[in-house]
Amino acid sequence: MSHLSERPEKPVVGVAMPHESAFLHVTGTALYTDDLVYRTRDVLHAYPVQVMKPRGRITALRTEPALAVPGVVRVLTGADVPGVNDAGMKHDEPLFPDEVMFYGHAVAWVLGETLEAARLGAEAVEVELDEQPAVITLREAIEAESFHGARPVMTTGDVDAGFADSAHVFSGEFQFSDQEHFYLETHAALAYIDEAEQVFIQSSTQHPSETQEIVAHVLGLHSHEVTVQCLRMGGGFGGKEMQPHGFAAVAALGAKLTGRPVRVRLNRTQDLTMSGKRHGFHAEWRIGFDADGRIQALDATLTADGGWSLDLSEPVTARALCHIDNTYWIPNARVAGRIAKTNKVSNTAFRGFGGPQGMLVIEDILGRCAPLLGLDPAELRERNFYRPGRGQTTPYGQLVSQPERISAVWRQVEDNGGLAERRREIAAFNAAHPNTKRALAITGIKFGISFNLTAFNQAGALVLIYKDGSVLINHGGTEMGQGLHTKMLQVAATTLGIPLHKVRLAPTRTDKVPNTSATAASSGADLNGGAVKNACEQLRARLVQVAASQLGSNASDVRIVEGVARTLGSDQELAWDDLVRTAYFQRVQLSASGYYRTEGLHWDAKTFRGSPFKYFSYGAAAAEVEVDGFTGAYRIRRVDIVHDVGDSLSPMIDIGQVEGGFVQGAGWLTLEDMRWDVSDGPNRGRLLTQAASTYKLPSFSEMPEEFNVTLMENATEEGAVYGSKAVGEPPLMLAFCVREALRQAAAAFGPSGISVDLAAPATPEAVYWAIQAARQAEAPGTGAAVNGHAANGRIPIDTRALSGV
Amino acid sequence: MVTARITVNGKEASISPVAPHTTALDFLRERGLTGTKEGCAEGECGACSVLVARPGVNKPTDWVAVNACLVPVAALDGQEVVTSEGLATPGEPGTASTLHPVQEEMAVRGGSQCGYCTPGFICSMAAEYYRPGRCAHADSEGDAEHGPNGFDLHALSGNLCRCTGYRPIRDAAYAVGDPAEDDPLARRREQAPPAPVATEYTQDGRTFLRKDTLAETLRVLSERPDAVLVAGSTDWGVEVNIRSRRADCVVALDRLSELRELSVESDHIEIGAALTLTEIERRLDGEVPLLAELFPQFASRLIRNSATLGGNLGTGSPIGDSPPVLLALEASVVLAHADGEREVPLADYFTGYRQSVRRPGELIRAVRVPLPLSRVTAFHKIAKRRFDDISSVAVAFALDIEDGIVRKARIGLGGVAATPIRARAAEEALEGRPWSAETTEAAAALLQAEGTPMSDHRASAGYRSAMLGQSLLKLYAQTTEAVSS
Repeated sequence: MSHLSERPEKPVVGVAMPHESAFLHVTGTALYTDDLVYRTRDVLHAYPVQVMKPRGRITALRTEPALAVPGVVRVLTGADVPGVNDAGMKHDEPLFPDEVMFYGHAVAWVLGETLEAARLGAEAVEVELDEQPAVITLREAIEAESFHGARPVMTTGDVDAGFADSAHVFSGEFQFSDQEHFYLETHAALAYIDEAEQVFIQSSTQHPSETQEIVAHVLGLHSHEVTVQCLRMGGGFGGKEMQPHGFAAVAALGAKLTGRPVRVRLNRTQDLTMSGKRHGFHAEWRIGFDADGRIQALDATLTADGGWSLDLSEPVTARALCHIDNTYWIPNARVAGRIAKTNKVSNTAFRGFGGPQGMLVIEDILGRCAPLLGLDPAELRERNFYRPGRGQTTPYGQLVSQPERISAVWRQVEDNGGLAERRREIAAFNAAHPNTKRALAITGIKFGISFNLTAFNQAGALVLIYKDGSVLINHGGTEMGQGLHTKMLQVAATTLGIPLHKVRLAPTRTDKVPNTSATAASSGADLNGGAVKNACEQLRARLVQVAASQLGSNASDVRIVEGVARTLGSDQELAWDDLVRTAYFQRVQLSASGYYRTEGLHWDAKTFRGSPFKYFSYGAAAAEVEVDGFTGAYRIRRVDIVHDVGDSLSPMIDIGQVEGGFVQGAGWLTLEDMRWDVSDGPNRGRLLTQAASTYKLPSFSEMPEEFNVTLMENATEEGAVYGSKAVGEPPLMLAFCVREALRQAAAAFGPSGISVDLAAPATPEAVYWAIQAARQAEAPGTGAAVNGHAANGRIPIDTRALSGV
Repeated sequence: MVTARITVNGKEASISPVAPHTTALDFLRERGLTGTKEGCAEGECGACSVLVARPGVNKPTDWVAVNACLVPVAALDGQEVVTSEGLATPGEPGTASTLHPVQEEMAVRGGSQCGYCTPGFICSMAAEYYRPGRCAHADSEGDAEHGPNGFDLHALSGNLCRCTGYRPIRDAAYAVGDPAEDDPLARRREQAPPAPVATEYTQDGRTFLRKDTLAETLRVLSERPDAVLVAGSTDWGVEVNIRSRRADCVVALDRLSELRELSVESDHIEIGAALTLTEIERRLDGEVPLLAELFPQFASRLIRNSATLGGNLGTGSPIGDSPPVLLALEASVVLAHADGEREVPLADYFTGYRQSVRRPGELIRAVRVPLPLSRVTAFHKIAKRRFDDISSVAVAFALDIEDGIVRKARIGLGGVAATPIRARAAEEALEGRPWSAETTEAAAALLQAEGTPMSDHRASAGYRSAMLGQSLLKLYAQTTEAVSS
């Protein structure tokens, strides 16, 4: 067992406990960024001037009418920027643009004494535009060859030879929807200026260091003049990895220019129309199978809808390519990625970060091809799993570690869920019910953990022990509900050997730990846990020395367990508080900064090869659905999940992540239906689903009626803190089983053995059209479907205009 | 100007000097009660849920949860509000407060992750916790939507959580017991509810007005034809928040006793236009099966605690869910004016998109549903989400079938035209014919051709049309399956 993974006696990690802020959450006393406004005097409110056209050069921007509105204090424009007018890391995101790039682009911000005054001021600002043609849909972008950023190609083996060896070759197309994060707390920032003209920003951000960096370059300051704090976020999901920077910069600029605190808080409509989403993708593919259904070759081109600026689209696309294999060995592959430049919001990180999109492509292919191969979809999937003991590598050249876990979790789901028995029950149910069909599908996941960009895989921490024995930890990770802080408290208590109540955690601030990475890529606990552990180990080593001299033994024989230091073979005890006080008087340093870097990673973005991931997370899930043949409406009757989180740091937190990720994934695949105006009308480019009333999130009615989540046991991961694995993103992709179950239920309305195309998201309407197609399908062998072209599955013509096909 | 006052967590406060359009949510937050959150500002997410003391159905007072983002604070003049902060019992100085039972269950079961939606869930859950008779309905098994403690999951259908996937929240809801004897909020239910208070709250030339009587209200309407009428404000609140509409004069109707009566006569049931949907649901208690089927699908409990039939008909939205049902029930509306009342069949009420025969100065006092009711009824709402969504189309059926022959058919449709409509061709195709596959297929073909459905972000025109026909085929299948089983 590695030093990193080994747990000491009576560890606090591994104990199930609620979120560290649960008491504050339920009493409404937990503070979020915008709650601070009501505790701050003289705050100015900022309101964006959004231009409601998809593209055009600004020919006039008149702010005087706004200044005439009572209560308006100032209008911020590009002319006010003392530093660099840019809100991104790629220098393609002007904070105050000269050219409107998407419908709703903010071109100026109005500061008012009240939000109402700022709103009326923003309404009064006059903007004239030289309108230009806009690219809205992926298809338009592909036709116009409107791309930006890198165009990676991932190759392995010999694709042509693979196809030549294939007994069956299918090709198809697939386009699927973007997804809104819909964190319940919208973007918010509150900026102050201190007596030395330094800037302090409270920001709802997953990446305080980058928020700091952007604010500094917008204001023309150095990073040490800007401090960013994030108390907690009301959800992030990747949507606050890059997107908060510009809003924080607007608040900071306003504060700098007026000397007063400035608040930016987007209302829901603004958040939906101004901030980026999960990338929708288009995929064109060709796949070859041998006579037994084993994949021989895959040739695919994935096009991500990047929106107007690059943001994180390049790494998102890279991760999509790196996950198109999912749990399947693909010996010969050529997969190309490209990023469409469209006149829409700049799409960004979202839980899974391209991984779900890449994996959805292969799962869709297998779901469509299984009937054409005459195989049960579960059988087809299982046949193609990576196998242990064969040294199989991913298409980008990384050895697949722990491949045995792919089938281990799969089999456990089969057993726990009693799938064999239930498949029989479902067949009987379906035979007796012409208008209602049930189906059961199982899918698995493999997800690579670490940032693709190696440099991001580092973290810092600062741990302070006070004379009274209380401990305060600081680390670079942010809390957005995922329970990172809970885990960090458990890690610190475990390493120091003290009870949890001795440890407190300070809000994330850039003046405590510098140069942090985003709390993203599921890596928060791995990286920051490594750093917290490292700091605590330094402190423990010093304290053990002190204890050894007090107890009259060797330091190597001293253990601190549950707040008491003891030495081997002696009854003598030294309580933690006494130990700390003694250390202070002996002038032993009681603070330490910790550091962690993930070992063994390398990645060559040019050749698209390397070992970018420290390890893989595995999981499998089975969903049973019931579909109404009259309407396409459905319910998720039961879900069984077995997921690999290594040895869990905090089981209640991890199960919460698995369940929440699953339901969010099911939302993306079934319910959440982003629609844009793709017509040539006056509102071209407008987001049509810009409110909670039109963009529907999963509610109680989408929760599986029976929901069983099991964490894989004895799953120690040698390469991560206390043997655990990351958990934030992977469970989202367990939801593929819901979509595949819906596909199979739709197929059950038709003759057996037919391939069903299902639109994504699989709304009741999409399922209804799939059912209609299944009902009209001819049984295999009588039509042209065998070995043919699995056509693109989109809903019929009259919705095409709206679905962005 | 009369000052409006509100009691929050047991403490009374003046609402001055906020603008009359200020929501209860913004008012509470400005007073530092930031546990109440804004998630959507249109009554969809429930992060702003708070408890309000209202006239009770089975006890003098009910604690009901409402969306604070929709209700103007001026509408709460004289009323009592409890927020998530007010549910915990404060400890002695220096000690932690004691969690309310719903807070305790949510905290220990992992019901909060990011915590932002949590205070709203707490308030919705607390309202259901205090629902009189909840435990009386309990059975040890529960069902798909009820806990073994009688907890109705629909109480939380207006609260969205993006983190948990809901399972731990359901577990928490199903774990709460009965309120203790000395629970102050439980005891408060035994006392009379706060009385409505006549309110005239004016700021910067804009007024929120509540009168004591219908007669006074009608007099105001004849003087102020520009006045916006509100009951639960679930529609107007969205206009204010999302479309930034402001009115010079808003007149509240929701506490007028003349609009809050429910009476069952020999030939009709009269339902006051300002009764909330929750009150109607609980007071009718299944007496009108078609309405009982409508309510859970209409909207979340949070909305139904404020929304009224008067409001749903008054806004005239073609996608409101009550009109198709009331059309199928052949309901009429009673319109009151300073000069007198008139009764108009609902089928003649709507004249165009959000237009009706209601004249300036007139308001909807009540809805009348004729008796006897048809025996076979159904309400089919087609939407993306099962709980709390807006209809793509809605179809209501009320059929009299005797000896296998359809004697009478009334079908109301929503979402297929500029107004809610009756499906007269399909009704004709059913009446006088045997209730058979052949008849329903022929009628379904006609039903499918009713109206002029559009394609939009909710559904395509093709799907909307198809669903009209499918709804009749489904009803037929359901009736015959029920007979055969």
